[in-house]
Amino acid sequence: MSEDANLFAQQEANRRRSNWLVVGFIIFFAWVGFGGDLAFALLTADASPGGYRHVIPFMGLVSTVTAGGICWYAWRHGPERVLWSTGAWEIVEPASPEQRQLVNVVEEMAIASGVPKPRIWVVPDEDPNAFATGRDAASASIAVTEGLLAALSRDELQGVVAHEMAHVRNLDVRLMTLLAGMVGAIALMSDGMGRTLRFGGRGGSRLGGRGGGGKGGGNPLALVVLALWLLTLIVAPVVSRILAMAVSRKREFLADATAAQFTRNPMALAAALEKLSAASAPTRSITHGAAHLCIVDPSPGLLSSREGFLADVLASHPPLRQRIIRLEGMGYQQAKRQAVAG
Amino acid sequence: MSTIVFLVVLAVIVLWVIGAYNGLIALKNQVVNAWKQIDVQLKRRHDLIPNLVNTVKGAMDFERSTLDAVISARNKAVSATGVKDTARAEGELTQALGRLFALTEAYPELKSNQNVLQLQEELTSTENKVGFARQLYNDVATQYNTKQATFPTLLIAGLAKATPAELWEIEDVAERSVPKVDLSLNKPPQ
Repeated sequence: MSEDANLFAQQEANRRRSNWLVVGFIIFFAWVGFGGDLAFALLTADASPGGYRHVIPFMGLVSTVTAGGICWYAWRHGPERVLWSTGAWEIVEPASPEQRQLVNVVEEMAIASGVPKPRIWVVPDEDPNAFATGRDAASASIAVTEGLLAALSRDELQGVVAHEMAHVRNLDVRLMTLLAGMVGAIALMSDGMGRTLRFGGRGGSRLGGRGGGGKGGGNPLALVVLALWLLTLIVAPVVSRILAMAVSRKREFLADATAAQFTRNPMALAAALEKLSAASAPTRSITHGAAHLCIVDPSPGLLSSREGFLADVLASHPPLRQRIIRLEGMGYQQAKRQAVAG
Repeated sequence: MSTIVFLVVLAVIVLWVIGAYNGLIALKNQVVNAWKQIDVQLKRRHDLIPNLVNTVKGAMDFERSTLDAVISARNKAVSATGVKDTARAEGELTQALGRLFALTEAYPELKSNQNVLQLQEELTSTENKVGFARQLYNDVATQYNTKQATFPTLLIAGLAKATPAELWEIEDVAERSVPKVDLSLNKPPQ
């Protein structure tokens, strides 16, 4: 019962986080738009009667509607887009013994986790990795790379699939997929805005200089708002990434533990992670936007092997060593109890 | 005044009886449903075994007794009824199959036979599925049993025709036990 309560709390927390994520995202875009409008309106408030006055906050309206559109799109099509971006294809009818085994293992884990069987995808990539995506358990997808199928034994594959099913059952997939869409959108927007500002900056300074010359310092409030607005634009992509990573790191430990419960075989998942960490080549098919969805960081060597504050904040996954040690700890406990019972 | 109090108390009791009754029936259906999940996998397992026996028969002619043991264990499992009988028969079938697979290791032409490998994979998978479905069944059945044996639901257990569901006991000691997991995120397990 307590496990059910725990699961329910997890799902509820993920629903709540997903909702807040959407709200925060829209508020952020609204601020980017209306904040710009405000700064512009204050700057042009005392323009000469014939000059331009910024009255209609069309930037705010456009960016808020855009944000709503992005959220809707990430919700409706996020899972498809994530799968599409990795070039994955779906296993409809297993064609090889390896694929048959994967389908069987997923079916087993669906029974163990009490979740409907998800759709199964294969990513054509030599590097072993896996991820799950979807809005909820009913619409979830699990994807593994070809390298994973080739490298892992049956038990190890079961461990990895169990880990992904844990993400599905805890509703991590919803939060993670929304995040993937939004991190991508913010990165795009920041890039675009940066270009516009660099381009428009010259014109703006001329405008400011002219206004400043006439009024002796301009409107200080307008400058504060403008500074804040610029700061948000610069900081947003970094913050959104840190947020995505922080959320994902905690989920990994939990999914490992839940996978051990499903398979009753924590050592197999530990062995699988060991193999995944040994394959140090980056998973090329998986882009940065979807990195936090994967079982191990698809681009290791950038951060996951480094230590220190920066790695702590920016890495999408906890150090593999730590995860393996925890799983082995569970395995030893299990072996000990069996020795006592037998 | 007292009539109103009486009516309110009566209404509360009636509502409770309805709720408790429905709760018991829902749990009973869950138990039946969980059992069906096991049953589906067992049927599949029973269907796979004749294929396997036919495939390996030619190569393993002189291991007749092992093959016969698998077939008779399978037939016993097919005709088993009730949770306890089924559990025992399936356990024996698992052991007979284990011996058969151990023997196939000695036959290189079987070890590399795609058909055998595929059947082995399917049987492993059905066995795992039975194992995981059994966990679910036992969990639900225990909930059902606890509910109907504890006060106050106990009072209407007869009305709902609730009888304790049999658990699928595991006789094999070597079966994997549940690992102890530490769900706290901050401290590593001791």
